[in-house]
Amino acid sequence: MTPFYLFAAIAVGASLLVIAQRNPVYSVLLLIASFGALSGLYVLLDAPFVAVIQIIVYAGAIMVLFLFVVMLLNAPHEETPYDEQVHPLMRPGPMRLGAVLALGLVVELIWALEKGAESGRFAGGAVSNVGAIGRLLFTEYAFAFEVTSILIIVAMVGAVVLARREGAR
Amino acid sequence: MIDQVLIPLLKIVIVLNATLVAVTYMVLLERKVIAWAQSRLGPMRVGPYGVLQPIADAIKLMIKEDITPVRADKWVFTAAPIISMVPALIVYAVIPFGPTVSLFGRKVSLYITDINVGLLYIVSVASVGVYGIILAGYSSNSKYPLLASLRASAQLISYEVAVTLTLVSVILMAGSLSMVEIVNAQYNQHVWFVFAQPFAFVLVLIGGLAETNRAPFDLPEAEQELTGGFHTEYSGMRFALFFLAEYANMIVVSSVVTTLFLGGWLPPFPNVGALHLLYYVPSWTWFLIKSFLFLYLFIWIRATLPRYRYDQLMRLGWKVLIPLAILNLVVTGIVKVMLM
Amino acid sequence: MLSAYIPIAMFVAVATGFAIFTIVFSNLLHPHKYNKVKLEPYECGIEPATDARDRYSIRYYLVAMLFVIFDVETVFMFPWAVIFNKLALFGLIEMMVFIFILVVGYYYAWQKGALEWV
Repeated sequence: MTPFYLFAAIAVGASLLVIAQRNPVYSVLLLIASFGALSGLYVLLDAPFVAVIQIIVYAGAIMVLFLFVVMLLNAPHEETPYDEQVHPLMRPGPMRLGAVLALGLVVELIWALEKGAESGRFAGGAVSNVGAIGRLLFTEYAFAFEVTSILIIVAMVGAVVLARREGAR
Repeated sequence: MIDQVLIPLLKIVIVLNATLVAVTYMVLLERKVIAWAQSRLGPMRVGPYGVLQPIADAIKLMIKEDITPVRADKWVFTAAPIISMVPALIVYAVIPFGPTVSLFGRKVSLYITDINVGLLYIVSVASVGVYGIILAGYSSNSKYPLLASLRASAQLISYEVAVTLTLVSVILMAGSLSMVEIVNAQYNQHVWFVFAQPFAFVLVLIGGLAETNRAPFDLPEAEQELTGGFHTEYSGMRFALFFLAEYANMIVVSSVVTTLFLGGWLPPFPNVGALHLLYYVPSWTWFLIKSFLFLYLFIWIRATLPRYRYDQLMRLGWKVLIPLAILNLVVTGIVKVMLM
Repeated sequence: MLSAYIPIAMFVAVATGFAIFTIVFSNLLHPHKYNKVKLEPYECGIEPATDARDRYSIRYYLVAMLFVIFDVETVFMFPWAVIFNKLALFGLIEMMVFIFILVVGYYYAWQKGALEWV
């Protein structure tokens, strides 16, 4: 069980540092470290496919995008002069929405953990084996798989529209 | 204990050292071959025909002054070469240099480990390698490295899409993600995948050149526009680590292409009975010969082809390689169903 | 199966250790004679006037975005390819529909000039 605690400690510690960091580039790096530890946890759960996907998609692709955005905005600090002057509790309502959402997430997580304790067990070999995942995905969940492609095309259109140039075709 | 820890550790140390030696001599080979291509002699001073040049280079890099520019982000600046090099090395963990053989009365497999997601592991490790380049450019806080690292990372991720898509059609042939199983599949199907998937082979080869920032895709290091590329500010050992990572990546690409398309450790015509005497040559020799051919090809291409322009490079990646990869995948799927 | 991953963890440790060791070891050997000019960022001899970290082209952002999207798509194809022999024609049709929708999106991006660099 020692490797579990090692990976868990890295994941939790890095995640905490992500929000404690002032420099957004460091935050991104720590988030990558957290994802790496998470992928280690997946390996311990005998789910190597999920582990490599975690690295390829999250650490290898989404975080590159994050890093590009952080570098694109060129923000050395997250705080604006306004943030430094006004106490967090004195800010207007919309700025505190994040706290409400975070609270909602915590409640949701606790609820999910309570509820999932008996039903959320892994389906044994279905997770450890890539073929088994494929069999489930492409027979039982075939419709969900096809619908995913619609989701992806929406994302693609969104990306193109967001990044289009003024006066482009 | 011995099988679990000691033998893997021994293999890791051997592979690590072999890679370091291979990289240093790869540099010498490159200088020599390019020199010959240009009717020069190349390094001749250190040792006969310059064979000791790599050792001299290594010592020089060791004792060179290592500078951290004042405006640089010190910790990230040091971490970047490490982040660049570690992924380049740990890919070797799943590359099979040979099958399981018996050595001193003990069954020893000529690979460090065989996991059932081997090929995806390589893809994932390679995708992490990008950070070394981005962070080097960012932390240097200097204009040339920043521009070069942006170019390099955009190039890397563009070609990663094409290469990964192409790899799917190889998996379609092999039916497994394990590197050892892929080689076995080539034995069982009586064909090296280079003959079954010639398009995929060419696509992966071009993508591999681009992913290792080699000529004709070496824009991140285009001296005329960007001086030294993303490692302009680096010197001494930290520069050496980047250099090491780059050449180690070249060897990785050669090894992966050998495994996926040229039957890995298998001798030529592995199923032809008359040529069975080829099995008397140790399996890893075949692997090394095939990989060496690709390394030579890399150098040859560098000595021959001029550099691409950046918009041409992106167009090739997004508008040529990706459609071809998708087409190849579709055709492979249809042909496979028809043959069933 | 877990034992197959132990060598990978060991390799990561050995490789990282080696990298750190070489940097520290060379730090003991090499000279440390610094001066102000030597520590300036390299700009062909001209004194740097502005900070290097500036805003840059949105193209890079778009490339990264498209990369994420394609990456997610490819991830679905790997388990499909592994069990293709069992799925046979049904699997082929399934993936054709998926790829067709993907190609529509790709065609849209192409037409909008998102794949154009200049």
